[in-house]
Amino acid sequence: MSSQDRFAGERPRPSPFYPRQKELNIRDAWASWNGYKFADYYYDAEYEYFCVRNLCATYDITPMQKYEVKGADAEAMLNRMVTRDVRKIGLNRVAYCLWCTDEGRMIDDGTIFKLADDKFMLTCGSPCTAWLKMSSFGFDDVSITDVTDDLAALALQGPTSCATLKKMGLEGIENIKPFEIRMFPFHGDTLMVSRTGFTGDLGYELWIQPGLALQMWDELYAAGEDYGIQPYGEAATNMTRLEAAFIMPAMEFNEALKTVNLNHDQTPFELNLGWLVDFKKPHFSGRSALLEEKKRGPKYTLTKLDIEGNRPAEGAWIYSDKRCKKHIGYVTSAMWSPAVKANIALAMIETEHLDGDLWAEIYYEKELRHYGRVAKCTKQDKPFWTPARARQTPPDDY
Amino acid sequence: MSHYDAVVIGAGHNGLTNAAYLARAGLKVVVLEKNDYIGGAAVTRELHEGWKYSNCSYVCSMMRQAIHRDLDLARHGLILVPYLGTVNFGDGDERLIAYHDAEAAHLELMRHSRHDADAMHRLETDLTRYSQLIRKTLMRTPPDPTSFKPRDIMELLWLGKKFWSLGEKELYEYVRFFTMSAAEFLEDYFENDLIKAAMASPGIIGTALGVESPGSAYILLHHVMGDVDGSIGAWGLARGGMGAISQAIASAAQAAGGEIRTGAGVQKVLVEDRKAVGVVLENGDEIRSDIVVSNLDAKRTFTQIMDKNDLPDGIYDKAKNFKIRGSSGKVNIALSGIPTFTHLPDNPYVTRGGQTFSGSLETMERAYDCWKRGTWSDDPFVESVIPSAWDPTVAPPGQHWMSNFVQYCPPKLADGPWTPEKRDAFGESVINKIERYSPGFRDLIVHMEVRTPHEIENEIGLTEGNIFQGELTIDQLFFNRPFPGYGQYRMPVKNMYMSGSSTHPGGGVSAVCGANSAREILIDLRKPNTVPEDDFYDE
Repeated sequence: MSSQDRFAGERPRPSPFYPRQKELNIRDAWASWNGYKFADYYYDAEYEYFCVRNLCATYDITPMQKYEVKGADAEAMLNRMVTRDVRKIGLNRVAYCLWCTDEGRMIDDGTIFKLADDKFMLTCGSPCTAWLKMSSFGFDDVSITDVTDDLAALALQGPTSCATLKKMGLEGIENIKPFEIRMFPFHGDTLMVSRTGFTGDLGYELWIQPGLALQMWDELYAAGEDYGIQPYGEAATNMTRLEAAFIMPAMEFNEALKTVNLNHDQTPFELNLGWLVDFKKPHFSGRSALLEEKKRGPKYTLTKLDIEGNRPAEGAWIYSDKRCKKHIGYVTSAMWSPAVKANIALAMIETEHLDGDLWAEIYYEKELRHYGRVAKCTKQDKPFWTPARARQTPPDDY
Repeated sequence: MSHYDAVVIGAGHNGLTNAAYLARAGLKVVVLEKNDYIGGAAVTRELHEGWKYSNCSYVCSMMRQAIHRDLDLARHGLILVPYLGTVNFGDGDERLIAYHDAEAAHLELMRHSRHDADAMHRLETDLTRYSQLIRKTLMRTPPDPTSFKPRDIMELLWLGKKFWSLGEKELYEYVRFFTMSAAEFLEDYFENDLIKAAMASPGIIGTALGVESPGSAYILLHHVMGDVDGSIGAWGLARGGMGAISQAIASAAQAAGGEIRTGAGVQKVLVEDRKAVGVVLENGDEIRSDIVVSNLDAKRTFTQIMDKNDLPDGIYDKAKNFKIRGSSGKVNIALSGIPTFTHLPDNPYVTRGGQTFSGSLETMERAYDCWKRGTWSDDPFVESVIPSAWDPTVAPPGQHWMSNFVQYCPPKLADGPWTPEKRDAFGESVINKIERYSPGFRDLIVHMEVRTPHEIENEIGLTEGNIFQGELTIDQLFFNRPFPGYGQYRMPVKNMYMSGSSTHPGGGVSAVCGANSAREILIDLRKPNTVPEDDFYDE
């Protein structure tokens, strides 16, 4: 083999945490995200899921896109772009946001970190430099920098996460509230911790410059040893976020800027995210279309379902009758929830049929034979998993 | 004097389940518990500060999902979590690691025997097939084969159909299963001693049978037919200890209006005109009730809290002769650190989960010989689990608790009654055994609780300390449980029912006995059934 890697151009890049992840990814189960090599799971997806619900576990969010938005006009520019009122975000607070096209179709969701009056960080799943540039048109004093590669990030989620960070020496960590940010000195630099996550459970996200990533990993894992720390990947993330009823791109919504067919993308109202759209604030992208949508009511509504039986309703169609005559929607994500012991799903259902009967037509395979069943669905108002500790400050040690 | 629609005697997990369903159906229910704490054998106790022992049952696999979900136990605080890594320790330096990953597990078996590694696939397939059929019967009331009631006839037909669907060959195999010993059964599959011992060990847990005793093959099946989220044979832990299961069910019962009274032992069931009409408590209080449900074992129910003269002829003798032999001991140990074991890789996924000190079939059978002679073995079979390595709530961080289940331990000793000294000597035999595989183990011990059948019977009321509330042999299973003719939860006295593991489908923290019993009560009251009938087994 030559010293030059012939395939370098198409090989996924390692994350700053890769040297440690490599040892722990016993199954060699790698996927990729935004060009980063990224674990699907490390040991066993379901075990890792349980670490999030029972102990604590880390998830590498380095590949998430991160943008620094700075300048006197930064706040106004972001406020023009997203549907939530950015002016209401407190200093050192995080807010969940989404942004739409002028037609009110959802481009992406993400979080805005307010780090100073004129300094914000925006995170999101897919690259959006072009949209940010377009959104900053007309704002003179704003600079936008993609800091994705300059910031290593690790989510630590689960009931023992606070105890682990306390043991790691982050003094006062137990007092930070959900969506709050705090800076800790770390080997001459700063470790930023936010009480955020994508699991619906107690959890934090740690942000550090890449040069200190391994140092942070080692200290975290040393502290977490007695608290059951374990890395988890995409598979367990998808399980926990579904129990928390959080949406995923390419599952619940198709990014508007990547949608070919008319109305195959979604509006925030269809995704049950109307609470994130603030009509009282100054003008923002998609405002008039969304106002109209609000008046008219969304065609579809994302609905939480508890489905009888134990066969996950993956890709199932939803009908208003057991004989499957009237098709009224489709399942976007489905799983058997090991924590709740329920067969759960998110589904897009035509709003006008929401109050009637709901039936899912589920297909499954058993030893190469295909079977089908029609299962009754019950609407759920609350997310499937809502532990009190997720909101409690200070949280318990486990 | 208070009057209830139903009293349930004993706040074990089945009694609580029964009460939860009756309360949800609108009945005024009270559960009466002799101890100051609830849970029976599904209990968590802090006997040493900072350590929470599941000091009776310790792992969970049979808890039925349908009940878990129907009673909304997750919202009442219950979460069942997995533990990884079971290792079987041979008589010498051999170790058999049950890796979580199927292919790694296969390679490990190959290290011992290529033949057995392949045969394991056949065993797993066969056990799954047998389990599937039995699992389908769990949440159904056994039919009475002598009855001409349409419901019994329909149920027999249903059962016949399920049996026939196995095919002729499997039908014969199935019948053999109930009469064979675990050792004979496994002889058909394996050649390696340690693999045989590892696979036979579920065949002796909790029973007064040996690996060579006819009937132990069924015990094996009984222990592998549970599942964790559809993974048949898997075992998990209840976060917070096994008491978390009882607490969640109790919370569901109370949310539905059920009442639970602790420190309220029942002295006697009141019977008038061959009808149960209430109970008298040990303090003399009388509680009147339309229905009386006993969650105690069959022997205790009919020989201790009922008057022989209130029972139809023959029942007292049936109860007296009910096979409920004590055979197991339990040693709960608080440890200052995680124990390490010889001849194992330093892999936390396999070294901190479960340890089965099985040795060989020969060792297991010799331990059984000691039980028969009324003593304990100095080389006992020990099944250990370290729950604190997976559940952060049961021991201080970095410290651990280890549950050690011991076969065998006789309820009565040949050399006179149990004494604290003998109990401690029994505990010593267990520590010595573990120390053999984990040098320095003894130095880690912070606190220890030793339980022989004597303690188990006296504290939680299981006759002879039998964990199943009666042997799981074919003469005491299905429509024969607890007695022929009384397999449908109704007892020989009108308005009296049983809800404990003395009824179908028998021992284990499954909540099924209590739920099935509630269903029969609701049928008799002509109320709509609200108890789930199947556990979504469309496998």
